[in-house]
Amino acid sequence: MKKSVQKSFGVALFTLVVTGVCNSAIAKSEYFVSPGPDAQEKLQEAMIVAEPGDVIKLDAGVFALSDGLSLDVDNVTISGQGMNKSILSFKSQKAGSEGLLVTSNQVVLKDFAVEDTKGDAIKVKGVDGIAMIRLRVEWTGGPKTTNGAYGLYPVQSKNVYIDGCVAIAASDAGIYVGQSDQIIVRNSRAEYNVAGVEIENSFNADVFDNVFTNNTGGMLVFDLPNLPQQGGRDIRFFRNISKDNNTPNFAPEGNIVAIVPSGTGMIVMANENVEIFDNEFSGNDTMNVTVASYFDDYDDDTYKPTPKKIHIHDNVFGKSGLKPDSGMFGTIVNETVGTPVPDVVWDGVLPLMDYVFFGQAEGDKLAMHDNKHLADSRPFGNANMIMHVIAPIFHEAKFDLEPYNKSYPSLPVVEVIIRGRPAQELMN
Amino acid sequence: MALRIFRGLLLAVTLLTVALNLPQAAETVNDQLLMAKKPARYLSEYGLFLDKPARIPNARVISYDLNNPLFTDYAQKLRYIYMPENSAPAPYNESDVIEFPVGSVLIKTFAYPRDFRSPDKDISFIETRLLIHKKEGWKAYPYVWNADQSDAKLKVAGKRIPVSVIWEDGSKGTVDYAVPNMNQCKGCHVNALKEFAPIGPKVRNLNRIHHSDAGQRHNQIAYLRDLGFIGGGPDKASEMPKVPEPFTISDGNLFDRSRSYLDGNCAHCHSPGRPADTSGLYLNFEENREVHWGVNKPPVAAGRGSGGHLVDIKPGRPDQSILLFRMQSTDPGIMMPELGRSLIHKEGIELIEKFIKALD
Repeated sequence: MKKSVQKSFGVALFTLVVTGVCNSAIAKSEYFVSPGPDAQEKLQEAMIVAEPGDVIKLDAGVFALSDGLSLDVDNVTISGQGMNKSILSFKSQKAGSEGLLVTSNQVVLKDFAVEDTKGDAIKVKGVDGIAMIRLRVEWTGGPKTTNGAYGLYPVQSKNVYIDGCVAIAASDAGIYVGQSDQIIVRNSRAEYNVAGVEIENSFNADVFDNVFTNNTGGMLVFDLPNLPQQGGRDIRFFRNISKDNNTPNFAPEGNIVAIVPSGTGMIVMANENVEIFDNEFSGNDTMNVTVASYFDDYDDDTYKPTPKKIHIHDNVFGKSGLKPDSGMFGTIVNETVGTPVPDVVWDGVLPLMDYVFFGQAEGDKLAMHDNKHLADSRPFGNANMIMHVIAPIFHEAKFDLEPYNKSYPSLPVVEVIIRGRPAQELMN
Repeated sequence: MALRIFRGLLLAVTLLTVALNLPQAAETVNDQLLMAKKPARYLSEYGLFLDKPARIPNARVISYDLNNPLFTDYAQKLRYIYMPENSAPAPYNESDVIEFPVGSVLIKTFAYPRDFRSPDKDISFIETRLLIHKKEGWKAYPYVWNADQSDAKLKVAGKRIPVSVIWEDGSKGTVDYAVPNMNQCKGCHVNALKEFAPIGPKVRNLNRIHHSDAGQRHNQIAYLRDLGFIGGGPDKASEMPKVPEPFTISDGNLFDRSRSYLDGNCAHCHSPGRPADTSGLYLNFEENREVHWGVNKPPVAAGRGSGGHLVDIKPGRPDQSILLFRMQSTDPGIMMPELGRSLIHKEGIELIEKFIKALD
C-alpha cells in the first residue's frame, strides 16, 4: 500500500490556480490539496515550490501522512477548512520528529489540525513572524507517556502569535514557546497536557484570555541554564483560567516538566518581571501558584536561578491545595507549608549569602496585592526551603503576607508584528 | 584496499558500458545547465560523468572521502567534487567548511551492494545528491536512480525506496531508504546565517590519504591543492587539523575517535548556530565545555526521547545516558539523528557505549 503513495493516481487532487497576472513580480498562487493516496507528496511539493505570498489550501478531510512535513518559504499561508475539518493525521508516521516544521519568516498557519505525531506536532524554529490561528494539535488517545512532547512549539523566534488554538494531551507542554521574543498567546485552550502552556527562556510575552484545565500544571514560566537564550523576563499572564489541573504527571522522566506536581495552577521558576493579574485559579489539588528557584545543579556562571520582581495582583483564587501530589515536589510543599496549601507559595530560596545575612533586595521582592482569596484560606506561604533542607528541626514556614504587600509598575503591552501589521489583524 | 579494488572493478565494468553507450556520453560538463535557475530533470544532462550510469567521472570531477562520514543505513557513498576550469581555488580554512566558489558542485551517490559479504559487487545506485553552488547560493537536488540504473531523475518532494540487501551475516533484509525532500536537506545543510551550505568538506575531515586513481598515496588536501581546487595552507599534513577515523583504532584514542564519530553524525545540527542549538547540546569536535557536549546535562525538549534518563551523558553509565538511548532507537519520536536512517548503527553504538563507560 505504502508504495502506491508515490504514484500519481491521475485524479485531479492537486490543482494550481494562478490568480496573479504577469505584471507583478510576486505572482500570488494558490494551491489546493485534498486528502488521498498522494497527499503526502503533493502537500510537501506545494510547500517546496510555493513562492512568497502564496497560499496552500487544505481541503476538508483526513490527510493520512507518513512523514513529517516542512515549510521553508517566507510569507506563505497554509489554511484549512477548520480545526475539526482539515486534519493532518500522523498516526502511521514513519519518519520526522515533528508533524510540521516551519523554518521561514512571516508564515501564517490557520484552521487545521495536526494529530498523533510521533514527536512534536508543529515546530517553528528561528523565524521572525509566525501566526498560529485556530489550530488544533492533539494526541487522540488521551494523555500517554508515548505521546509527542510539544503541541505548538515555536522556538528561537521573534513575533510569535498564537490565537484561538487548542492543544490536547502533549506529554510535555501543549503550547510551548522557548527562547523567543515578542510573544502573544491568547484565546486558546490547553487540556490533558503535562503543561498547559510553558513560556521558557523568553522575553516579552503576553498570555491572556486562555483556559487551562485538566493538565498536570496549567501555566509554567521557566528559565533554564546552558541555553543560547536565557534570562527570561517581562512576561504577563492575565485573564486566564487555570483550574482543575489534576491529571497525573505523564511526562517521561528526565524532562523538566516531569517534576511538575499534579494539581498545579501555575509555576514561575527563575525569570524577572512576571506580572500575573486578573486570572482565575481554582480546583488545583496541590497549589494555585508557586514561585520558585531553579533547584538542580548547573554549570553556568551567567545563569540566574532566583525569580525577581514577580507581581501577583487582582487574581481570584478558589478552593485549591487540598490534596497535594505525593511526588517529590508535592511532598515538600506539604511538609513545609501544610494543607490546605496557601494560594501563593514562594520557596523562599535565595543565594546563600542573601539568605543568611542580607535578605532579598527590596526592589526584587515578590509583590502581592488586591487578590481575592476565600475566607478560610491562607493567601501566602514562604516555604523557607533552605532551612527545610539544611536544618529541618529549625524549619518553619512563614505565612505573613505583609512584607510582600507592595506593587510594581505594570509591564508594557506586547505587540507582535507580522507582515507589517499587528498580528491580531490576521485573524480573518 | 577493498575500496580500491572496488573502484578498479567499477572502472573496468563501466569502461565497457561507456564503450557501448558512447554516442550518448557527454564530453564536457554542462556549466550553463549547472548554473541555470531550473535544475535538470535527469542527472546525465549535466555531463558530470562520461557515462549515463555515472560510473566514470568527467574531467575535473574528483573523488574524495571523509574521515568521519555520517551513517546512512549502511549505504556506500561515492563523493566527488567538481570545479569549472578557470575557477579560483577555494581558500584553505581550518575553522569552517571550505568555501568552494560559485560553479562548484559536490556530488554524493548512495549505493548498496546486493550482498554485503561481497561489498564490491553488484552495486546499485539509489540516489545521487548534487549540491550546486549557484550565483544565488548553494542549492540541493536529489536525483533518484531508475530500476535499470541507466539514469537518475530529479525528485524534489522526497521518496521512500525499499532496497533489498543481504547483510554480512547472510541474513536478508530491506532498507527503507528515504530520499530527503529539498526542505529536509535544509534541515541539516544550513549555516548560522540560515543559508544553505555544505557540511562535510572541512579541512579536519578531508585531511587523509586520497585514493587517487594513480594509486599514489597523496594527502587528500595536498591532492586537491595540486589540482587547483584548494589554495594555501601548510605543506605538511601533520600541520593541518584532523579528526580520526572513528573505527580505525590506530587513528586515535577512544575519546578522540568517539568525539569524531559524534562530530560526523551529530554536529551538523548539534553545534552553535545550527538547527539543534536550541538544546544547548553541542557535539562538534572542538566543543570543550563538558556540560555542552553532554556530560551530566539535563535535556531541554527531549520528550520521550529522554527514555526516562536524566542526562545526555552520564559518565560511566551508558545505560543511563540519553545520547546512547536515542542512537539505539528507530522510533521517529525518539531516534537521533532524526533523518537519514531507519536502522541502528551497531558499530557506532558499540563505540559510544565504550566511550561513555570510560568517562569518569
